[in-house]
Amino acid sequence: MSRMLPAFVIVPLVAAFVLPIFGTKGKSLATFLANLVTIFLLVLAVLSVGQSCVYEVGSWSLRVGIVLVLDGLSSLLLLAISVVSAAAMLFSVRYMERYTAKTKYLSLFMLMVAGMNGVAISGDIFNLFVFLEIASLASYALVGFGCEHEELEASFKYMVLGSVASTFILFGIALVYGNTASLNMAYVSKAIQSNGINPGLAFALALLIVGFGLKAALVPFHAWLPDAHSSAPAPISAMLSGILIKTIGIYALTRVLFNVFGVSLAVGWLLVVMGLLSMVAGAFLAIGQWDFKRLLAYSSISQIGYVVLGLGLGATLIAMGANPAWASLAILGGLFHLVNHAVYKSLLFLTSGSVEMATGTRQLKEMGGLAGKMPVTRAVCTIASASIAGVPPFAGFWSKLILVIAAIQAGFYWVAVILVSVSVCTLIMYLKVQRYVFLGELPDNLRKVRESKGSMLIAMVVLAGLCMVMGLLLLVPSLKTSVLDPAVNVLLEGLKYSDRVIQMCSSQGKLL
Amino acid sequence: MLYALCFLLFVIGLYCAVVKKNLVKIVIGLAVMEYAVNLFLIMLGYRAGGTAPIIGRGDFESGTEKIVGAFLNSSVDPLPQALVLTSIVISLGSLALLISLCVRIYGKYGTFDITEIRRLRG
Repeated sequence: MSRMLPAFVIVPLVAAFVLPIFGTKGKSLATFLANLVTIFLLVLAVLSVGQSCVYEVGSWSLRVGIVLVLDGLSSLLLLAISVVSAAAMLFSVRYMERYTAKTKYLSLFMLMVAGMNGVAISGDIFNLFVFLEIASLASYALVGFGCEHEELEASFKYMVLGSVASTFILFGIALVYGNTASLNMAYVSKAIQSNGINPGLAFALALLIVGFGLKAALVPFHAWLPDAHSSAPAPISAMLSGILIKTIGIYALTRVLFNVFGVSLAVGWLLVVMGLLSMVAGAFLAIGQWDFKRLLAYSSISQIGYVVLGLGLGATLIAMGANPAWASLAILGGLFHLVNHAVYKSLLFLTSGSVEMATGTRQLKEMGGLAGKMPVTRAVCTIASASIAGVPPFAGFWSKLILVIAAIQAGFYWVAVILVSVSVCTLIMYLKVQRYVFLGELPDNLRKVRESKGSMLIAMVVLAGLCMVMGLLLLVPSLKTSVLDPAVNVLLEGLKYSDRVIQMCSSQGKLL
Repeated sequence: MLYALCFLLFVIGLYCAVVKKNLVKIVIGLAVMEYAVNLFLIMLGYRAGGTAPIIGRGDFESGTEKIVGAFLNSSVDPLPQALVLTSIVISLGSLALLISLCVRIYGKYGTFDITEIRRLRG
């Protein structure tokens, strides 16, 4: 597996530069190739499950070179990225036909995938920044892809805040380098363990939290998300909400906090508070929206809050020295919710795209009665809504259940109460979607609406199927031990990460 | 002292990016922030009177240990310079994209004033 690790970055990167060559004439061939690439990455990600290895770029040793590290958390994330990107790419085949310059779209899409995969497997903090910028720049361009008034405005807002975040992150990285004389996460972590956190490093940590928090759209930093995610083309909204904010925001933040700096009580509580704020504010803002995609975007903020809350509870419990099983349950809930949310939120955005393509509008008040006209879209939208609201057999129920159990077990009853009440708010907002889009009277101007066809339907049905069976990841012990548990263990082991990476590197060196 | 000035530059850039109402001024603010960070990285590796971190072929005649010692004592840290090169390339890309967005926005709205460019609300 170690030798295959660079393929996660190289294959989409090469595709990104090859695809625009086809131009407008070869665009169906280019689309086919792009789908092949995403499916290849999906296969590769499935193969990588349960493995852990280190790849030294250019055979430079760990001390001086750049390393790519695959472990439980990375492979969980790679799996989520490749599932969402494969579905979004399949959906784009038909959906993107109405835009010009489709090959440029494919190229930017591939760049974004390359950047996110790179973030997930990078073992070097500066390299992580570079991949993060690749993914972000591609996403800025994709948000403004339509080049209409709203899209350009949203893209500019997103890009200004994103650039500020990137600069903060780079400043933080510079401070880390200045204080630890290393950029490799394992050695930075070693240096922090032996010297402790001095004021410079504390400032760096603050900068990194703000930077990654901006990228993840946690509540004090969420202003750009509703504009950007609702203005992008539907498959891109699915990618942004489903996976981009998690990879370059949540994942990067947790990796730095848990494995490099080590968790402390203050940081744990900060995450819990930001998580709760995002959950509550996101849910309340979403309920009042009348734009379909804007509602979904606000609900993403709320759902990201769940993930951060789970991770924050875990961090707090680790820092308090509480029972490790409690912390592990909270982290499991957070990570499982991350994966679940990736699947059902991208599905919801795809259904919104399908509805928008059929009706030409995103305003809930202008729609209605589409249940008879678009039966499949209606069915998958209901499944996704049930998942996100936490209705029992579907995906979202299990992760929310675990989070509630973890909160109660650790004695945070008030957190459990908030969790459940936000879940009720989520149910209300998706009942509103169902009511205004699919039920009620069919307006006269929508009489001729047709169900979307072909690849768009396949993409949505596949994701809906996943929504229904995601619970198995938790319930089937062999799946749980191979997919979820390794990811939880990476965060639980905390600073031992550095020893593990160094040891893994030296043992591979002996084998060669 | 120098670090404080560098941080001041960063804060000026941040102020400009957050407070100004003109699109181009916001972009300039972002650029100033990026330059401040680049400057900070270079200062991390700077050493007064240091030499370039290059070992020529002739240097090896005096023995490896001596070279390494001399290298550690006199040369500047080469790594931040490599980082700055990378970060300059990235900021070039992002500035180009920002400016082209500004041009397109001006074409659509006919203004650079962000108080007039607000179709998205809520």
